[in-house]
Amino acid sequence: MKRCLVVDDSRVIRRVATRIVEDLGFKAEEAEDGEKALEASRSHMPDVVLLDWDMPNLSGIDFIKALRTMPGGETPKVVFCATQNDVKHIQQALDAGADEYIMKPFDGEIVYAKLKMIGAVP
Amino acid sequence: MTAEDFDFVSSLLRDRSGLILSRDKSYLIENRLMPLIRRRRINGLDELIRYLRQGEDSLTGEVVDAMMTSETSFFRDWSPFEHFRTVTLPNLVQARKDKETFRILCCGVSTGQEAYSLALMFRQEAKILASCDPQIIGLDLSQTSISRAEKGLYSQFEAQSGLPINMLLSGFDKVGEFQWRIKDILRSGVEFKTWNLLDELYPLGAFDVVFCRNVLMFFDQETKAKVLGRVSRLLGDDGVLYMGLNETTAGVSESFKAIVSDLGVFGIHRTDRPKVRSLAESKLQSLPI
Repeated sequence: MKRCLVVDDSRVIRRVATRIVEDLGFKAEEAEDGEKALEASRSHMPDVVLLDWDMPNLSGIDFIKALRTMPGGETPKVVFCATQNDVKHIQQALDAGADEYIMKPFDGEIVYAKLKMIGAVP
Repeated sequence: MTAEDFDFVSSLLRDRSGLILSRDKSYLIENRLMPLIRRRRINGLDELIRYLRQGEDSLTGEVVDAMMTSETSFFRDWSPFEHFRTVTLPNLVQARKDKETFRILCCGVSTGQEAYSLALMFRQEAKILASCDPQIIGLDLSQTSISRAEKGLYSQFEAQSGLPINMLLSGFDKVGEFQWRIKDILRSGVEFKTWNLLDELYPLGAFDVVFCRNVLMFFDQETKAKVLGRVSRLLGDDGVLYMGLNETTAGVSESFKAIVSDLGVFGIHRTDRPKVRSLAESKLQSLPI
């Protein structure tokens, strides 16, 4: 079963996103900030990461930069899922190695569509 | 709503738009007409139907408009667009080396996402289309939808439904906090027209590909057959029709054969059918001698 790491400092959003990805057939794991997400990735590299931007300790953008330099860190598909909805931030995320970008608010359909676009779901 | 009123409204919709409304969908009449009732300050559905029975034409038009299903999204269902990009487009462009234009018709284009999806794709596939100019025409019965399509302005939710983020960044400008507008260069390549599919299509000229996705499913068999017959006459012998994933021409029209039935892709079957002349031919014919 493919693994999806849901990274967001909001417990409610983590719960919603977890339910969505579990419905899509993923085994979900949650992390409440970038640091905890890095720890989780070190112990078991996920297949997909749903990633918030603003978080305490380590932001989403700093997490992805660190992830992409880790051994095996180039393989997970990373989808930002953030309130930042301006071109500058989106471009910054893509430049840092994000595969897709979802502007909050989101629903299951958008998550499914984005994961399908990057080949993470059939 | 009385059974008599339902029969009256459903018959009006069938005659004006081809839309078939079964009794179990009668709730749609109330749901979709309430905004119109409030906007026109009409005292409820009964009064609206009374006005319709009196034959108020502008009100009838607004009712038909409000009852249309406008559900759509960019690259809806994705796979048919991939088929178009990887199979149909290169094949047909190759076969039309001497033609200056590549014409696509989108029937039931709603608020424009399907037509703009093709425009976005054409920009990506500019190399394939180097020798000919793509023309995209989108039709819809709803004036409201066509007005929105012409503006090319979408909410954040609409914009990211179906669009890869790179395509959103390269093809749209952000407007205000939560809206995205298709870039002028892409918008100018698409023409939208308010058009009833119950009317003849030949004034639009000939086409290489027709998209008529998730439209005929709302029509009865007779209307489907009539529309498919007209669509078949717009297409050349190698023309291609894209329908919805759950739609088929089988049992409705003998003018088409399945190419990839799972994706709703159909080719022309009969070669002895009358065809619509290309626009260039039409213009030549109409020149004074």
